[in-house]
Amino acid sequence: MKRANEWIVGIAVMAVIMVITWGIFAVGENMRPGVTPFSQDVYVLHNTVMGVVTVIGVLVFTAMFTSIVLHRRSKHRDPAKFTHSTKAEIIWTAIPILILVVMAIPATQVLIDMEETGDAEMNVKVTGYQWLWKYDYLEDDISFFSALARDSNRARQMNSDLAPADVENYLLDVDRRLVLPVDTKIRFLLTADDVIHSWWVPDLGWKRDAIPGMVNEAWTLIEEEGIYRGQCAELCGKDHGFMPIVVEAVSKEDFRAWVASQQAASTASNQSAAP
Amino acid sequence: MTDATLAHHDTHDHHPKGLARWVFTTNHKEIGTLYLVFSLVMFLLGGAMALVIRAELFAPGLQLVHPEFFNQMTTMHALVMIFGAVMPAFVGLANWMVPLMIGAPDMALPRMNNWSFWIMPFAFTLLLSTLFMPSGGPASGWTLYPPLSLQGGNSLAFVILAIHLMGISSIMGSINIIATILNMRAPGMTLLRMPMFVWTWLITAFLLIAVMPVLAGAVTMLLTDRFFGTSFFNAAGGGDPVLYQHIFWFFGHPEVYIMILPAFGIVSEIIPTFSRKKLFGYTSMVYATASIAFLSFIVWAHHMFTVGMPLGAALFFMYATMVIAVPTGVKIFNWVSTMWRGSMTFETPMLFALGFVVLFTIGGLSGVMLAIVPADFQYHDTYFVVAHFHYVLVTGAVFAIMASVYYWLPKWTGHMYNETLGKIHFWWSAFWVNVLFFPQHYLGLAGMPRRIPDYAIQFTEFNVISSIGGFAFGIGQLLFVYIVWQCARGGQKATDGVWEGARGLEWTVPSPAPLHTFDTPPDIDSPDLVAHTGGQQ
Ligand code: HEM
Ligand SMILES: [Cu+2]
Ligand SMILES: [Cu+2]
Repeated sequence: MKRANEWIVGIAVMAVIMVITWGIFAVGENMRPGVTPFSQDVYVLHNTVMGVVTVIGVLVFTAMFTSIVLHRRSKHRDPAKFTHSTKAEIIWTAIPILILVVMAIPATQVLIDMEETGDAEMNVKVTGYQWLWKYDYLEDDISFFSALARDSNRARQMNSDLAPADVENYLLDVDRRLVLPVDTKIRFLLTADDVIHSWWVPDLGWKRDAIPGMVNEAWTLIEEEGIYRGQCAELCGKDHGFMPIVVEAVSKEDFRAWVASQQAASTASNQSAAP
Repeated sequence: MTDATLAHHDTHDHHPKGLARWVFTTNHKEIGTLYLVFSLVMFLLGGAMALVIRAELFAPGLQLVHPEFFNQMTTMHALVMIFGAVMPAFVGLANWMVPLMIGAPDMALPRMNNWSFWIMPFAFTLLLSTLFMPSGGPASGWTLYPPLSLQGGNSLAFVILAIHLMGISSIMGSINIIATILNMRAPGMTLLRMPMFVWTWLITAFLLIAVMPVLAGAVTMLLTDRFFGTSFFNAAGGGDPVLYQHIFWFFGHPEVYIMILPAFGIVSEIIPTFSRKKLFGYTSMVYATASIAFLSFIVWAHHMFTVGMPLGAALFFMYATMVIAVPTGVKIFNWVSTMWRGSMTFETPMLFALGFVVLFTIGGLSGVMLAIVPADFQYHDTYFVVAHFHYVLVTGAVFAIMASVYYWLPKWTGHMYNETLGKIHFWWSAFWVNVLFFPQHYLGLAGMPRRIPDYAIQFTEFNVISSIGGFAFGIGQLLFVYIVWQCARGGQKATDGVWEGARGLEWTVPSPAPLHTFDTPPDIDSPDLVAHTGGQQ
């Protein structure tokens, strides 16, 4: 086959592969950018790495399909005899190393930023139980459990009379939300009471295991008010799929007001219980 | 080898008949067949469990199984597929092919070989029997993380015993393979002239010997924690649940390479045959395999990034994991270069091998993404990981096993399989397996955790697609069973060489390969053998 034809076939194959790949990514879901500086860094990192590996994949598959098209027996009767090429092998060892270094640099940077849990303005202790979460606001003396919301719980039973599709935020709703202020550096202390759980709200950009007998640290700084939903991410027994997390991020003022109302409510209930 | 010597063997060989033939056999070919049949049965059983999972996930809400049973299914599916389907298939292939490829009359330790196999049915009877016990089977995932795994009933003891038996079987199998390869090669076959499949198995066998005892240690500590009052992993007693994860993954990561290195070997046999061209970069393939094996020991904590570890450790494990992509890439480039300017035909084994190269690459690339620690904080324990390891294990390991079955079936049975059906099986599988697993990447990125029996409404579409793919893929495998069965019963007579471009000692013996081959070692440098084998490498 003539050189020009080889190129045309090669380019055609490449075009087809690009279109297919693009289609695959266009129909699919991508990671959410989230609402914290860290989550946005992760989002960019994820897209970069996904872009790089997609390009590598497209190049490899193009070479392969070009070969399949051009070097089939009906087109190419006499196989070549070469069995190695030191130059080629050095190139395709060196280039991947370079690409990996290029990916490792931003990854390292983001990871280092993530690790700094110091100078937090507020601390929340998160404890995993089978199968609900407990939140302690260490500075404000507020403490409560947060479990799957009642209608989700009804709809998830086998032969339930309530269809999941009729429940708003099915399986992603709780009875009491974790209320947090925006623009505040919040440190989480994560642990568990029974087995290992993992606390994950995708919009915050990370998950961290809650392990009995151990306290893990992580932090966040939420930049936008809103409601962010997540789930336990570490298999923790039969109702692992049914212990969601809901974060309600509010303005600093609203948060103080919420704290006051919680403290008033708990004093009131203490007083009414006292006599 | 001529028909005359063959006939001679058959007369002086007093082989028991019927069941006893299989129970007492010490013949590498018969043991290979036993392993392969066992693996096929386990593949179908594990597949049935997967379909229970996919059926439950077909719609939001709980329809078919309770969460406890769902968790038993995910756990058992993985254990059955890993220890029952993939690993025994490779051991079966090693039994059949390693002696044929290196010109040895049998495995070095034939009686131990018999025992290695016959432990397996007992191990799996123990394991599967737990499903019928009052406390049910293991439900803590195949990783058996404590404290969760310690919460179950007494059936845990059966599971652990089963794992010990599988470990003993694997170690004996590995010792046998190493002894065979190191001691029984035909004169002239130096290490660097061995076929790639033999090389990959030699390295895999060392990995197995190194890590199966580690797994045994981990589960034994679980056993004593659960039944004898120790506190290795119990924080209340001064133990550490994270310690288990380190030990487990020190086994677990090499284990995933145990399941892929022989697949690399198979693909490195098949692509040259159907490209009618020698393997490109044989030596670098050997070194790449060895370095992957070495690196696999220092990356285990990439399964544990969200456990919480010092920054330095996270960075180390990230870099080490990324480095594995380099030798893996070398392999892929070498396969493509082998095809390059070859003269290719696309019989079923080649189709599966090419499917392997494309789809395994996709799995490898998502592996690189998973290595990026900050991003893994999002990916970890989601369907993205599920998609990753099914690309490397189903379209990787399993596709390679299927490729090898089509490739060597004519040698084993003496008949050609039905090529049209084989091709249908490939295209059907290759299409549906992507429908099954590709959407799982999206599910993970959209936020669906793994190992959940029910999910939020927004995950419905991709789960439906995935389930449809799962059932279609699963049904397609019945065609595979039919093709193999049909080929074993009869069909067009296979020639000794079987494939026009096939090179190697296994193609110099008759088809079907008689029970005893290479009683006198072949001289691989003799001119008529070189004509046949192309001179090994
Ligand atoms: C380029 C090569 C590869 C890289 C960089 C890579 C990387 C990773 C990483 C980082 C994880 C942990 C993800 C997480 O849990 O968050 C993972 C999981 C996994 N990988 Fe790979 N991988 C590669 C190839 C393979 C191969 C060849 C196999 C097996 C044939 C494999 C099988 C698995 C399995 C089974 C898991 C999940 C285990 C579990 O959690 O149950 N990977 N991989
Ligand atoms: Cu959980
Ligand atoms: Cu790993």
